[in-house]
Amino acid sequence: MTKKITLAIVGFAGLALSGIAGAADIHTQSIASTCMSCHGPGGKSQGAIPSLAGLDKEYFVKSMKDFKAGTRAASIMKRQANGYTDAEVEALAAYFAGLK
Amino acid sequence: MTLNRRDFLKVSGAGAAAALTGCATTTSSARPHVVVVGAGFGGATCAKYLRQWGPNIDVTLIEPNDKFVSCPMSNWVLGGLRTMDDITHGYDNLPRHGIKMVKDMVVAIDADKRFVKTRSGASIAYDRLVLAPGIEILTGSVKGFNEAETTGKVVHAWKAGPQTALLRKQLEAMPDGGTFVMSVPAAPYRCPPGPYERACMVANYFKQAKPKSKIILLDGNPDVVSKKPLFTDAWNTLYAGMIDYRPNNAPLAVDGSKMTVTTEFDDVRGDVLNVVPRQRAGELCAMAGARNDSAGNWCTVNLATFESTTVPNVHIIGDSVLSNLPKSGHMATNHAKVCAAAIVELLAGRQPDPIPVIANTCYSATSSTTSGYVANVFRYEAGKGYVSAPEGGATPKGDALNFTYNESWAKNIWAEVLS
Repeated sequence: MTKKITLAIVGFAGLALSGIAGAADIHTQSIASTCMSCHGPGGKSQGAIPSLAGLDKEYFVKSMKDFKAGTRAASIMKRQANGYTDAEVEALAAYFAGLK
Repeated sequence: MTLNRRDFLKVSGAGAAAALTGCATTTSSARPHVVVVGAGFGGATCAKYLRQWGPNIDVTLIEPNDKFVSCPMSNWVLGGLRTMDDITHGYDNLPRHGIKMVKDMVVAIDADKRFVKTRSGASIAYDRLVLAPGIEILTGSVKGFNEAETTGKVVHAWKAGPQTALLRKQLEAMPDGGTFVMSVPAAPYRCPPGPYERACMVANYFKQAKPKSKIILLDGNPDVVSKKPLFTDAWNTLYAGMIDYRPNNAPLAVDGSKMTVTTEFDDVRGDVLNVVPRQRAGELCAMAGARNDSAGNWCTVNLATFESTTVPNVHIIGDSVLSNLPKSGHMATNHAKVCAAAIVELLAGRQPDPIPVIANTCYSATSSTTSGYVANVFRYEAGKGYVSAPEGGATPKGDALNFTYNESWAKNIWAEVLS
């Protein structure tokens, strides 16, 4: 048991030193999943809310920027878009573009 | 230096040790086992994403009910816009994710030895436990409520199910010109805009079917708790003269024979009474010793992982959590995702995302053709918890476009949770 714990400590210290390698991925994956609460599992929507799966990356980024700026008419999405950083929007765009 | 696991937990402290206990667990078990209790919006979603993001994790989901009955949209049943069938869904798709579904009820939790006991007598061990029990309704907090509820005279219908169907029947049986009296519990309670949406849905029904009827809304709060402009606009324009809104009117007692609700000010008589008592975290949380805020009502958690601040390896999601996040089904679904992502990292000996971002989206119908929303993005900051991003907020007026989004939202979130 002692050995295992020691290994655990070393492992954790390594992670702490390297910051959060791969955190961008889990961060993006986690945010993308929360989008799906409205936009449907896998980004495939039923009904009036648009699907996100397979959306063109540039279209996604431009839409979010326009929602933020208020240059594209929106109901809920202006309020949502303002909550994410530009880097997050880029990463989400790539994520959803990759979903079939 | 010899350090056994228990000592190690002691020196690190329960909260700080979260990542480390994950490492220890991984080394002691080839396939970690997460037990999720409660298959509502939070629990079912958490089980699904644990399997999706952690294919090496065994997940058991324990739920006593056969079916999922959605609280969101249950006000639409009261208004006649939807049926009970529309808001009732099966769990048939969840096993496809490799989730082991167990139809049973947890009756005891040993958080030290890490197992739960069920009503059927099973003991189920876990590496990490997720509790998603929803709310416990404090029926004893309104004098006479238990008696009135037992006889079926007065229901809260604040957990969707048979009480929703019964309240709809009572509304249908009420004569034109009757009075519907509804109470709103003091915050915090499940679904902040829910009571006001319910008033709109019942008013919409009355307007169509029994236009001489009245609604008295007895609010235990000093003002409308959520989406005030949206609801007051609907009450003043769509239902002018129908809704008598009374702030600071918490129900003290209810009498199912005289059909009265007693407040500090008077006895209010109605033909249909809908008393919604105050609430606290589900009983499961108490079994784990995790109903740990100062009043013993709600659960304090590390909001980046949803692990209890005092009970290691026990995570709590959904309405039972004490936080600034609204108690909504949508929020529970998103708690579940942050929690599942954190558990996957912890069990793999990695550090969870230290800055999760979580959004709330909540639609309320104001009539059979109009809805409005409130939406906020919350960003986690160490030492602060979730901070609401700028531009969040509610729409001031219901409209037809948001009604179609409201309908689409329900279909999508049900699919997200259950398929």
